Amino acid sequence: MSAVRTYFRDIWMALFTVTVGMRVTFRHLFVPAVTLQYPDAKLKLPERVRNRLYVNIDDCIGCDQCSLACPVDCITIETIKSTADQDLGQTSTGHKKRLHVPRFDIDIAKCCYCGLCVYPCPTECIVMTDVYEFSESDRHNLIYNYSRMTSTEIEEAKAKFKKAEEEAAAKKAAAVAAAAQKKQEPPKASS
Amino acid sequence: MEELLQSFIGESWLLYVILAVPPLVFILLYALVTVWTEMKVSAHMQDRVAYMYTGPHGLFQPVADILKLLQKEDTIPAAADKTLFRLAPFLVFTGTYAGFAALPFSSAYIGSNINLGVFYIVAVSSIVVVGLLMAGWASNNKWSLFGAMRSAAQVISYEIPTALALLIAVMITGSLNLQEVIRFQDGGIFNWVVFGGPFPLLQKLLLLPFTFIAFLILFVAGIAEVNRTPFDLPEAESELVQGYNTEYSGMKFAIFYLAEYANMYLVSAIAACVFLGGWSSPFGDFMSGPLWGVFWIVLKGFFFVFLQIWIRWTLPRLRVDQLMYTSWKVLTPFLFVCVFAVGLILVL
Repeated sequence: MSAVRTYFRDIWMALFTVTVGMRVTFRHLFVPAVTLQYPDAKLKLPERVRNRLYVNIDDCIGCDQCSLACPVDCITIETIKSTADQDLGQTSTGHKKRLHVPRFDIDIAKCCYCGLCVYPCPTECIVMTDVYEFSESDRHNLIYNYSRMTSTEIEEAKAKFKKAEEEAAAKKAAAVAAAAQKKQEPPKASS
Repeated sequence: MEELLQSFIGESWLLYVILAVPPLVFILLYALVTVWTEMKVSAHMQDRVAYMYTGPHGLFQPVADILKLLQKEDTIPAAADKTLFRLAPFLVFTGTYAGFAALPFSSAYIGSNINLGVFYIVAVSSIVVVGLLMAGWASNNKWSLFGAMRSAAQVISYEIPTALALLIAVMITGSLNLQEVIRFQDGGIFNWVVFGGPFPLLQKLLLLPFTFIAFLILFVAGIAEVNRTPFDLPEAESELVQGYNTEYSGMKFAIFYLAEYANMYLVSAIAACVFLGGWSSPFGDFMSGPLWGVFWIVLKGFFFVFLQIWIRWTLPRLRVDQLMYTSWKVLTPFLFVCVFAVGLILVL
């Protein structure tokens, strides 16, 4: 008897639970979709998101601290010392710029978005932005060159530095020679 | 319509071609609409939006899909039985399309007004099983074969409840011709077989529970016959990849897909014809006529297609043993009781 009863109860339960499920799905048919149609609509990002790096090269003093902090070595910086007669101006934070920055490359493909480069920057010129749509079909396009110095400018700066260095060396050599002469002379005089 | 055409062009092969074309056109248009509807309904049931870019609300996505499928490479596995592999999708579609021949679209149009319409549809749709087995076997792939075997077992098991449920309607209406079956139910919603048919009130009330159960079972068996969730074991994605059409690509796959969707409408339309008055209007003489007939039968068919979609995106898949249990131990005994009871009521 109980077997017959379970048989009929099972059939009833099957039919009944199907209607329960169908009620749920029918209700959801009219629930507004939660889909965000991405390229057309975007989520508002939090205030302190970490996405693509940006370097305000005008403020960069070429201190290399961001490059040192980077755990994946994605930042490459080369600098050229300025000569005494050159004035590279000040950064917006009031630091004096003493170095040319002919190369400031960030390989964003390597970047792990840790933000460690941002903190040590004394002039706050390297920041993380909220830009996250920068896919490329060629990964070499993901190496961003932030330096605005042209190759002639770089050559000029290099030549100037070299000349200044040579001059300094010559001066030093002359001074050394003069000192040596001075050193040599007194014994002569005393003798 | 047949007589009208005959008076124009006489007795020639052209007549039969013209008579055969409307169902094909209908299937193609209907498949486009249903593919879109299914995607949209499934998406909105899951609080998503489905495709939105190809046309307004993605309306042209099915067309884009067809264009894509037309361009796809038509691969045939090296180890496959190439003749059978090529033949299978067309056989499946032929079986379905042949079913449409005896399906009335209006009081004025039916592909072939044969006296054994119901029986013919049940018989000819069995060709589909042969096609599915052929596809599974010819693919030379374990998933395909498993899918085909399951499909064959399932379709054959569920043919019995389907046939018995149709038998109940045939007993009540006294005809196997679908036009006659519908004409019997003409004259309003309460003359439909599902509500006991056009009989005196007492007889109607006695018949009602049995016809209603028979109708329910016909619908359930119909879902199983077209291999849709919760009876979609033949193409259980999680275990069998895609079942019998795993190895198919391009237009061959598209034809399988088309046959599946056409089959959905076929079982829906048969249920609508036999139990819900086919092309007859639910309001008696109001909104009835050959053109309204097309509207009503397509509406009824689409309602059940929607119901199938709804159920598909609600229920999980059954186990193989549960599938067989449902057919042999639940649906069939219930229908035996129904057939017996309906017969008794009709005789008394």
